Amino acid sequence: MHATTAAATIEQIRADVNRRKILDQLFVIVGLLIMFSALLVLALLFLDLVRDGAPKLNWEFFTSFPSRSAARAGILSAWVGTSLIMLVTAAISMPVGVAAAIYLEEYAPKNWLTAIIEINVTNLAGVPSIIYGLLALGLFVYQFNLGQSIAAAGLTLSLLILPIIIVATRESLRAVPRAIREAAYALGATRWEVTAHHVLPYSTGGILTGMIIGLSRAIGETAPLITIGAMSFIAFLPESPFKGDFPFFSFAWLSESFTAMPIQMFNWVSRPQPAFQINAAAAGAILLGMTLLMNGIAIYVRYRFRKRINW
Amino acid sequence: MTAGAVISQPGLRLRKLRDRVVETGLLLAALVAVFTTIAIVVVLVIESVPFFNTVSVMDFLTDTMWTPLFAEARYGILPLVAGTLVTTLVALAVAIPAGTIIAIYLSEFAPYKIRETIKPALELLGAVPTVVYGYFALLVVTPMLQKLIPGLPGFNMLSAGLVIGIMIIPYVASVSEDAMRAVPNYMREGSYAMGATRFQTATRVVVPGALSGIAAAYILGISRAVGETMVVAIAAGLQPNLTWDPTEPAATITAFIVQVSLGDLPHDSIGYQSIFAAGLVLMLMTLVFNIAGFSLTRRFREAY
Amino acid sequence: MQTITPTPTPTPTHAHDGRLTTPRPTVDVSRSSAKAEEALVVKSRAEGLSFYYGQVKALKNLNIEMREKRVTALIGPSGCGKTTFLRCFNRMHDLTPGTRYEGRIILFPDSIDLVARDVDPIEVRMRIGMVFQKPNPFPKSIVENVAYGLRVRGMRSNARIGEEVERALRRAALWEEVKDRLENSGLSLSGGQQQRLCIARALATNPEILLFDEPTSALDPIATARIEELIAELRDQVTVIIVTHNMQQAARVSDYTAFMYLGELIEFDNTSKLFTNPSQKATEDYITGRYG
Repeated sequence: MHATTAAATIEQIRADVNRRKILDQLFVIVGLLIMFSALLVLALLFLDLVRDGAPKLNWEFFTSFPSRSAARAGILSAWVGTSLIMLVTAAISMPVGVAAAIYLEEYAPKNWLTAIIEINVTNLAGVPSIIYGLLALGLFVYQFNLGQSIAAAGLTLSLLILPIIIVATRESLRAVPRAIREAAYALGATRWEVTAHHVLPYSTGGILTGMIIGLSRAIGETAPLITIGAMSFIAFLPESPFKGDFPFFSFAWLSESFTAMPIQMFNWVSRPQPAFQINAAAAGAILLGMTLLMNGIAIYVRYRFRKRINW
Repeated sequence: MTAGAVISQPGLRLRKLRDRVVETGLLLAALVAVFTTIAIVVVLVIESVPFFNTVSVMDFLTDTMWTPLFAEARYGILPLVAGTLVTTLVALAVAIPAGTIIAIYLSEFAPYKIRETIKPALELLGAVPTVVYGYFALLVVTPMLQKLIPGLPGFNMLSAGLVIGIMIIPYVASVSEDAMRAVPNYMREGSYAMGATRFQTATRVVVPGALSGIAAAYILGISRAVGETMVVAIAAGLQPNLTWDPTEPAATITAFIVQVSLGDLPHDSIGYQSIFAAGLVLMLMTLVFNIAGFSLTRRFREAY
Repeated sequence: MQTITPTPTPTPTHAHDGRLTTPRPTVDVSRSSAKAEEALVVKSRAEGLSFYYGQVKALKNLNIEMREKRVTALIGPSGCGKTTFLRCFNRMHDLTPGTRYEGRIILFPDSIDLVARDVDPIEVRMRIGMVFQKPNPFPKSIVENVAYGLRVRGMRSNARIGEEVERALRRAALWEEVKDRLENSGLSLSGGQQQRLCIARALATNPEILLFDEPTSALDPIATARIEELIAELRDQVTVIIVTHNMQQAARVSDYTAFMYLGELIEFDNTSKLFTNPSQKATEDYITGRYG
């Protein structure tokens, strides 16, 4: 009698488990489907841009100025502008970001000032990029009188990516084991010596990764640049930083008007003529390609540096 | 009795001086973050003051038309707020289900290899420049939707919202997944030991245990969607329109700021000042969401 | 040079009244009695030393003298404060916020108070070295590991540095093993070698006191024996304070032993006397294994 009831119960249990496992499997399928659709969108986007922009992806495109005629228009001033702006952005955001991160990780005492700084860094990461544009418009363009210039653009984007650099640098500083710091302190090193001789050298991988990711974000930013007055019909190049004779390097280009890749794409996409849309697609393909490349490099750098030191 | 090998007292003083100088420099760099926030608030407020001298706050908040560039200008922010809200809601309708499901899958189901390859790929989705997403919304998504919904205008909030949703999926997914992974394993083990499947454990134990973190993810996603500019500027049109119908074109707060910036407004015209007033509203909205989101994040990080 | 072989951990036996006890650790009496009369120069003295982690009083009014160029061991059960006390000597606690010292630790011959607020911790750490529980060489070459302390003190001549590095590595009994691969990473050595590298690194700067924080607890018995030999050899050259949870090690290696319990100093005496005839019952209980 007991045997049959036991057998019946086991049957019931098996049926119940199988039923529930079906739900499990269903969820796995749904999860995978959704994930891959999201990634599919990315692939679709890239392929679409390349396909649509293919006719324009040639050398002339890179070396022509924008023009009223879609066929003749190119991105010369745009990519030069982007490069110069990135130069300024990197030159400002890297030192400030890394320095701020070092202060917060190695020096900052646990007091109200540190808490305020940390809250601000977290908060700034969530501020919409167009607000940075408004800040730059009011402060850099007018108050500091920098005008609608490359310098203003670079400054704005540095502030925008500062939180990214700070967070990435802090994480890599934190990864250095405490034992190393203690050993260095025990030998009589000062705090800066410990940081410079031991902590920073082993964090270079993470810091580099943060910078690459920050710059890749800055390259694609459009809204702040529009706000401070990027123009999309710049048919000239700013004065070259490199001069033929002494002192071989000039800063005149910093005060010139500018355009940038995303601006150019935005301008073309906003025009109804299909010919301009081809241009937009080409510019977009280049932009997207650059972003993916930079992110790929960042991931690779992170991977390589992580392998070098095994604590 | 030697006192140490090579102590040079002036050497020590120099090293300590250098230490102190360096520390001051580092502190100044860290204070840049604080100065930036202060500067943002100051600029927004100062430039909005002349605006609010002309337009009463009441009108600003309740008028239903936003036409600052017309001869008979009206300055009600509601149409812009409505545009922002509608696109955000559409975006959330995409990002919340997709992001949560992806997070649950990655946290509770995915084998290690899949998780390690998919996560960076998802991050790439979030790294795409927004202007490229705008192109996508206008020239790929809208035509597709027009086949499904005949009569859909070329500019509409639906495509913009959908694309913004796709854009913030990685963000929602990664914050939710962090929250779920913070749930300690012993809770899962308790559930498995009772014969529950992974799905049951995920939905009955892990998700409730990670609720504050997941809520944080949603709220931070809202903040991102609200602040998004280029996708709406390109695909939703620049025409302020007070409506709840996503198939219509409309302007968001951010799109309006772009539109004015594209033009050529003199420095002290009311049109110029209106973008700062709009920016102030935007800043307040995102601030509220950010504070809510971050305090929830801290709560789940401390709970375990 | 004496060879110290690790004595096997004694097995508990039943004493006549039924208590389970372990035999007292064996001490080489010949060594300590010969030195007993000479070693009276004090290198450092703790006077009324107390230490606070926030509100918690971790060290209570310690008074103890460390003899110059002798090895003093600190023993006691977990949580008794021996490591806390050790780290007062080189102000490592300054790296943790919320800590506070009371009382003094006087360093002779110039009679400065090591824990005084106006004494710079960096200066203290330049005179007093430390070897940690888990070997922590820098991810640099062997030479650069040993040379770091010298470089920080401003020594620049590579020739001079090379000499000092060799000297330190010889004192740490590591020279023969690494002299052909000085440019290799410090992390490429075995655990015991890494710890000797850390000892060489600390010795390179000729510290007045060398602190050892359970230096062999992460090492295998053979590596442990070599380090214990090393410490025994360092006597007469450096003042050593060693924290150890291994009583046999304390008995083998030290001249003086301090027994601590719950932040207080219970007994301090010549090692031979403390282990053969302790004057406190708590000490006796601890060394016979009744607790801890």
